[in-house]
Parts: sequence; structure tokens; C-alpha cells
Amino acid sequence: MKVVFPDHLLQHTGGEREVELLAVNFRELLLALDERWPGIEEVLAKCAVAIDGQIYQDAFLEPLHNDSEIFFMQRIEGG
Amino acid sequence: MSEAIDYKVIGTRPIRPDGVDKVTGRAQFGADLNLPNMLYGRVLRSPHAHARLTRVDVSKALEMEGVYAAISRADFPENPSDLGKNIMARDKVLYHGHAVAAVAAKSLICAEAALALIETSYEVLSPVLSLDEAMADDATLLDDECFTKNLPETPDKPSNIAAVMTLSRGDVEEGFEQADVIVEGDYNIPMAHQGYIEPHACIANINESGQGSVWTCTQGHFEFRALTAKVLGMNVADLKFIASEIGGGFGGKTTIYLEPLAVLLSQQARRPVKMMMTREEVFRASGPAAGTHCKIKVGARNDGTITAAKAWLAYEAGAFAGAPMGPGAMAVFAPYDLENFHVEAFDVLVNKPKVAAYRAPGAPQSMHAMESALDELARKLDMDPLDLRMKNAASEGTQAPYGPKFPAIGLKECLEAAKVHPNYTSPVPEGAGRGVAVGFWFNVGMQSSAEVHINENGTVTIIEGNPDIGGSRASMCLMAAETLGVPYEQIRAVVGDTESTGFSNVTGGSRTTFATGMAVIQACEDIIGQCKSRAAATWGVDEDQVEWEDGQAIPSPGVNADVKPLTLADIAGNAAKTGGPLLGRASLNAQGAGASFSVNMTDLKVDRETGKVDVLSFTAIQDAGTAIHPAYVEGQMQGGAAQGLGWALNEEYIYDKDGVLENAGFLDYRIPVASDLPMIDTQIIEVPNPRHPYGVRGVGETPIVAPLAAAANAIRDATGVRINDLPLSPPNILAQLDNA
Repeated sequence: MKVVFPDHLLQHTGGEREVELLAVNFRELLLALDERWPGIEEVLAKCAVAIDGQIYQDAFLEPLHNDSEIFFMQRIEGG
Repeated sequence: MSEAIDYKVIGTRPIRPDGVDKVTGRAQFGADLNLPNMLYGRVLRSPHAHARLTRVDVSKALEMEGVYAAISRADFPENPSDLGKNIMARDKVLYHGHAVAAVAAKSLICAEAALALIETSYEVLSPVLSLDEAMADDATLLDDECFTKNLPETPDKPSNIAAVMTLSRGDVEEGFEQADVIVEGDYNIPMAHQGYIEPHACIANINESGQGSVWTCTQGHFEFRALTAKVLGMNVADLKFIASEIGGGFGGKTTIYLEPLAVLLSQQARRPVKMMMTREEVFRASGPAAGTHCKIKVGARNDGTITAAKAWLAYEAGAFAGAPMGPGAMAVFAPYDLENFHVEAFDVLVNKPKVAAYRAPGAPQSMHAMESALDELARKLDMDPLDLRMKNAASEGTQAPYGPKFPAIGLKECLEAAKVHPNYTSPVPEGAGRGVAVGFWFNVGMQSSAEVHINENGTVTIIEGNPDIGGSRASMCLMAAETLGVPYEQIRAVVGDTESTGFSNVTGGSRTTFATGMAVIQACEDIIGQCKSRAAATWGVDEDQVEWEDGQAIPSPGVNADVKPLTLADIAGNAAKTGGPLLGRASLNAQGAGASFSVNMTDLKVDRETGKVDVLSFTAIQDAGTAIHPAYVEGQMQGGAAQGLGWALNEEYIYDKDGVLENAGFLDYRIPVASDLPMIDTQIIEVPNPRHPYGVRGVGETPIVAPLAAAANAIRDATGVRINDLPLSPPNILAQLDNA
């Protein structure tokens, strides 16, 4: 699956904007990312994430597929 | 998943359940509750916009007869969060009106007199009042420990720029090389207030052991409880928060100001304490919308295809970090399918009140800049402004600037509706100008809970955890009626307190009809499951041999059972024999909120002698997904249009050189009144959100986004002069016309 980081997270990924990884759900993905970039899980936990076009504020249990597209983004709230 | 067809109840317009009590004055708002032995709390506020608070002594106030409690920074836990420091100033005051102490007394007059006895000393500092001033290298700092976040490298010195954010795709400079036409603009919008009619108010009644209740006007009593407990270091379980009726919030009542003060005063006095902000305090010390400075550059080919776009967006955070630069940055280009763009946004501290959410926070400001620039681009290209937008419009599958591909969205449907709308095809009235603009908001889901109780006669009571600001009780009843198959009139919805229903996030972000509606639907489905089980037991058949249709249990086709259908009333009336009362419930973290787009158009006339603007017509077209109660949806669209026009034409915070707000009242802070506005035409577009059972998108935020640019573009059309800075007030218009 393709995982894409916005500009403001690149400081945590050593400048890498996009990575390919395998994970069966979002929790596993976070663990895999944290193994690659220790400490990033804490940062990503404060982000929203779009999985295949759907935005999740908390995607902890969401299943992922091999061809999923995952974009981390700033959380949205509103008035 | 719904195709939004053949609903029996959804889409109807029943009378609002809270209407009679509100128009007859019976509804209980924040300040309406009174308790025996109640005291009145008042706040002492800073006379300086920026100063070190060197001394606060409340002892003389406490000695005054009739005063029962007095608090200052010494009464709060150490190591406060920014929220805690905003509630009560610690070592510095950071805006004129910042709270420095509070008292509770037997009367308001006594409390006011006690404030005069509080002794304070300040070391006055230079106030930082503009974005340019705050972002300068040699700026006076508000916070010596504020280091800019999100930079590639950790900065070695503090700054008033609390955070930056960038978004980019493609090669912007190459994109501008490909452009035949380029437009650039520089746009300023001052701080503006939500202007809710009801000032902040609450009553706390806390006992000696720190347990008690708080009655308050709020957009979210669960989150108010959590924030208050956090600021005071208390246990949330010790506090019950009860939401009053609410006279408007628009985002401004998603955070706390008075509640921790009332709790501490009540705890100290051992009596109930009521606190109410005056209108002046609301302006000076609650959370307005961020002032902004936005720069936009857009390039396009002669056929209208945008080849590149660039945005620089600076947002005033007020005294503490947290301006809505993120959503503003993600929204600025969201309506368009762009290959090359770059957005840079800044969250900047200034000596003004800490900003709060205001409908679609951050988007009206940034999109005013983009939609104004697009208007100029259309003029340069000699192209219809709606055609230019349609040429570049995002649709299902478009990669949004903030990352994901859009699912089904309704922007093109809104543009198509605008193009053939009579208010667009008719000639522009003589001497007037016409402007159009697009609006957008993401919408959110978040956590909601709901319970559905079936009363013994088959009527239904819904308990939800979201204060009803924009008609959510009616929309919950409609969705429950549709799901259960019973008449709307048999259903009542009530807002439970924090001890009587499950957690729900705030009523905000256009989430309540979407997310809490999902919870209500699921709770009704829970009821249906229980009713089928009860009917099966009554009939002596298997549960899977029972169906639910039109509000009654019936045997499945082919089931050989000589039985009469059982209505909800039948099953409820017999509940004692089949397992007890019927109670359905659901709690969820709703995902799949659908983005909402709008197109607004307006005809305005400018009096060139006085600079006064008359709004001749205003048309709001918006994708609601499915309109559960169309009259409420139209009301949201009209309310957003009115607020957006106010922001565009007159509303602004005006500060003097010392950082004192000069127009802290509705006489000088000019919101639109009924006579300022025409009837606002609305057209609801329905492109169902595939992630909601009935196709709901949020509708409350998007309506305020487009009016700012629509008005600015109409004034450009009417006068031939582009005025980049808001508000388009008579003095500003006259000055710009004189300079043209």
C-alpha cells in the first residue's frame, strides 16, 4: 500500500514523502512506521488519515488492503 | 448507503419541537436558571494588552461585606496549559480583557464593587497588534518559550510564529511558465466575532468535597466538563454538566471561559455561583475568528485551465497558538483539480484574544483570497466566472490538495444549478454588480451516543448528548421516524446531561446530523431487532421469521402463522411479559463525513457618494447530501450567508495603538440586521453521501465560506475597482474609489 506524508511531517520521515508498506490494519501500519521512524507513532496519532479517499479522525481499527492509498493530514474540527 | 429516494418522513418540514418555548420566552438559556442562595460572579480584566502581571491581591475584596469568594492565579493548579492561562492570567496578560481575578458576591453590584478592591500591578510591555509586526525578525515576543513548530530544523530562538504548514504538489514554477495569464493579489481580513445573540453564561453549584453540577450554554457539555476538569485538576466524574438552550455558538461556544471560575468560586463560597459575560466582555475576552493576511497567485492557459497556484496565508492566533491555518490551507484550493500548487500557512501570536472556531474555521479567509483572484482571472480571460470554475472543478476521483481522492461530491452539480438559476440568467440590475464564488468545507464525524426509549404507549424518546443549535432534535426525530416507521409526532428528542447519556463530542464541525444521526439510526435498529425478537416470542416463531415494516412486526413472506401484525405500541404495551422495557442504544466514532460544496451569487449596488452597499439579491446553492429537514438546511444556508455578508461588508475588530478594542458592542460592531438583507434564495442540491445511511453531509459550515468573495466580486463588478481588504465598509469603499 502507498503511504503519503504531507510537508509538515517530512521532518519526522527524513524527508521521505511516500513509502510502500504492507499491513492488515491501521494499527499495524502505525507500528511498522514507528519501527522505521521511531517516535513517529506519537505524531501520527494526532493526525487525521484518509484511507482510500475516506477521512478518519481515528482509524485505529480500520482494515487496509494491499492497494490502499493512505494520506496523513491535519485533523479537522470545525465550528 | 442510500439513493435518497422514496423516503416517507425524511425531507418533510414538520414544525420545530423547540419553537413554541423559544418564541414565548419559556426556553431556559444559560442565564435563565436561578438557584436558592445563589451568588453572582464577576471577573476583573486586564486594562493592558501586553504586560507582566507583577501582583494580584484579592484579600481586600474578600473582606468586603457580601463577598463570599475571590480567586486569582494562586488558586489554580501549577503548570497550566494555554487554555488554563487564557482562563486566568499567570505571569503575563496577553490581551486587553484577559482575566486576572474573579469574585462571587450576593449581588452583581456588590461583585462589581469588590472588583475595585482587588490590588494589581503591571509592568506594561509593547503590544504586538498586526501580523506584519508579529512576524518581523525583531518583533516583541509574547511568549519567550514559543519555538516555531513544523520547521525542517528546530529553531534556535523563539518567535511569535507558533507553527507553519506547507502543502504542495507538482512543480509550481513550471506551472506558471505554462500559463498564458497570471493574476496575483494580497488580501487582508481583520478579526471578526461570531456575534451569537446569547452571551456566555453558567451556574456552578459545587459542594465542599468538590462535587457538583454546572449549567451552561455550550456547544458540547461533555467537552466543557473535560476542559474544566483539566484546567482545575479535577476528576470529570465529580462534575455534572447540563447544557441549557443555546442562543447561537457558531464555533465560539466550543471552548470554556467562565466555567472553571464559577466552579472555583462556588467551591470556595459553598454556594451556587452564576456568571454571565456582558456583551462587551464577549467581544473583548471570548474567541473571535482569526484576522488574516493572504497572498494568492494563479496562472492559467487561455482556455481557462489553471496551470499553477500559490498561497501564502498568515492567521492571527491571538494570545495563544492555535489559529485555524491548517484547515484554511487545506481548503484554499480544495474546489479545484490542480496539478501544481504550493501553500504556506502561519499560526501567529498577537496581543488579541485567543481565536476560537467560527463556522468553517480558516476557510472563509483563505477562500476569499482564492475566489477573488479567480474573479480577476476570469476577467483577464474574458470568461464567464462559473465556466472558469467548472473548467477546473473537482469531482469524484480528483486528488484533493490535502491528499485523498474525493469520493462523490456535488461541486459540479452546484455550478450547473447556478449557471441556469434565474438570478444568474437575468440581467444585472442597472448600476449594480454581480459576484459569484465557491465555498467548501470538509465536515467531520467524531464520537456520538444516543439512546432510544420506547414508552409504554409506543411513543419514542430519544436521548442524545448534543446541544441543539441548528435543529438537531427535529432531524433526530425525522431519522428515527424513518427508521422505525412511526409518525414524527410520536417522537421526542431531549438533550441529556453528562450523567444521563453517553459521551458525545461538540455540536460543531457540521457533524451532529451526520454522526449523532448515525447513532440514533443505529439505536433505532437496535429497537427494531428487539421488537422482532419480542414478536417472535409472542407468536412462537423463530426471530428470523419476523420482519419490520411500516412500524410493525409482520411474519416473513411464506411463514405459516395466523397472527396480527404487532405495532410498536402493541409490543411496548406488552413489554413486561416479553422481557421488560424497550431501550435501544448506540455509541460510535462516525467516519465517512462527506465534503460539502456551495456556489453563491449576489447582486450589490454601491452608493458612490456614501460608500454604502445595498444587497439586492443573494442566492446560496449547496450540496447537503440529503436534506433531512429542508427548512433547517435552508436556515443554515441563509444564516451563513447573513454572517458571511456581515463579515464581508462591515464587521471588524478595531484596535487603538495600545491594543484596546474600540468597538466592543453592537452599536459600533455592525452585524447585519434584517433590514440590511434581502430574502436569501436557497437551492439545495442533493448528492447523497455514500457513507451515511440516509446520505447526510454536514451543512452548517459551508454557507459562510463563499459570501465574502461573492460580495467582493460583486463590488468589483459594480465599481470597476478591486478592493482586496475587508470589510467593504463605507469608509473603505470611499477610500478605495478615491484612490482608483
